[in-house]
Amino acid sequence: MSINRRQFLKIAGISSILGLGSAAATTGLLKGRLEAVQDIPSPEGLTAKRWGMVVDMSKFKTPADYQRVINACHSIHNVPTFDNNKDEVKWIWTDDFEHTFPGHENGFKGEEMNEKKFIVMCNHCAMPACVRVCPTKATFKRKDGIVMMDMHRCIGCRFCMAACPFGARSFNWRDPRPFIKETNPNYPTRTKGVVEKCTFCTERLEKGQLPACAEESAGGLVFGDIGDPNSEARKLIAKHFTIRRKPELGTEPSVYYIIGGGENA
Amino acid sequence: MSGKIIAGLIIFVALVTFPFIYNVGKANTVPESNLDTPVIKQMAVKQCIEPRQFMRAEHMQLLNNWRDSVVRSGNRIYTASDGKQYSMSLQNTCMNCHSNKKEFCDKCHNYMAVNPYCFDCHLQPKENKS
Repeated sequence: MSINRRQFLKIAGISSILGLGSAAATTGLLKGRLEAVQDIPSPEGLTAKRWGMVVDMSKFKTPADYQRVINACHSIHNVPTFDNNKDEVKWIWTDDFEHTFPGHENGFKGEEMNEKKFIVMCNHCAMPACVRVCPTKATFKRKDGIVMMDMHRCIGCRFCMAACPFGARSFNWRDPRPFIKETNPNYPTRTKGVVEKCTFCTERLEKGQLPACAEESAGGLVFGDIGDPNSEARKLIAKHFTIRRKPELGTEPSVYYIIGGGENA
Repeated sequence: MSGKIIAGLIIFVALVTFPFIYNVGKANTVPESNLDTPVIKQMAVKQCIEPRQFMRAEHMQLLNNWRDSVVRSGNRIYTASDGKQYSMSLQNTCMNCHSNKKEFCDKCHNYMAVNPYCFDCHLQPKENKS
């Protein structure tokens, strides 16, 4: 049986009308069946436009002041302590002036500043280099400005470590579990072969708590919304002269330092 | 000559079918997950966050969704199909009730020969027998 042009066009026309009609009918029928939104943020959680930290170095005087803050973080996040520096894993640590603020070297800054250690951590940059280079999007920027790690996706390529100008990232060369002094049963550990870093305590923010370091710092670390001009952190930045680490690289760090240094600061 | 071939064949068939013959008649029991934990014992209605059948079939998908939701979207609260809300946490929610990982998780996973790596990072509860 053969059909002529006219018959073919008729059949094609009718079937296309039928097809369109049924598509419209099904979408119309399914309209009311929205998928339920099952996952919501915790109601007591803290939110911000852009989380940031102001480090007031004048509040850090004795070695105990530093150690208290570092322990607060490392103990709750199951950060291991290795004997060998090569294996070191750190979320928050200290460094001297030259290494914290390269480009600001100054030979005459006095004994106090020469010896003073500075608290350093992930800067949660607004333009994070680590996020740009991550091939699996294991590290990503949250809407609230936190540069977060998804350990499930990390393949351990260490591109982020090469990209980060602040050395804020540590690689797990070894299984960290045997080197955790006291394990916090409420927080996971990491495994061999992933990169980790400070997360601004997202798990605590979601419970309405401040980051552990800020809570233990006795005012030395002021955590707040630097996207909000009325926040305590922003007011401190406006009131004092603050500097950031390597701003010339354009990553826009969210950690600000009040250097202090006696009465004239 | 053909005798050798036949003998060889018999040995070959015996070897190949040995695992089947060896296991004939042995009951191939599907392991039953053990729900005997202190927290579950105290529950009036022994009910997981979703119905049992759903959890059996879909727990891996559910956990994947929880993971993405918590880590990537920052959403911590899960609303179950019965309207109850739970904190999405393997370590603090699931394992709080199912504190017997060996009896609850491993039994079935071993039987199915699957090897999820959840607990390479997440801490498993300290197993206390009671």
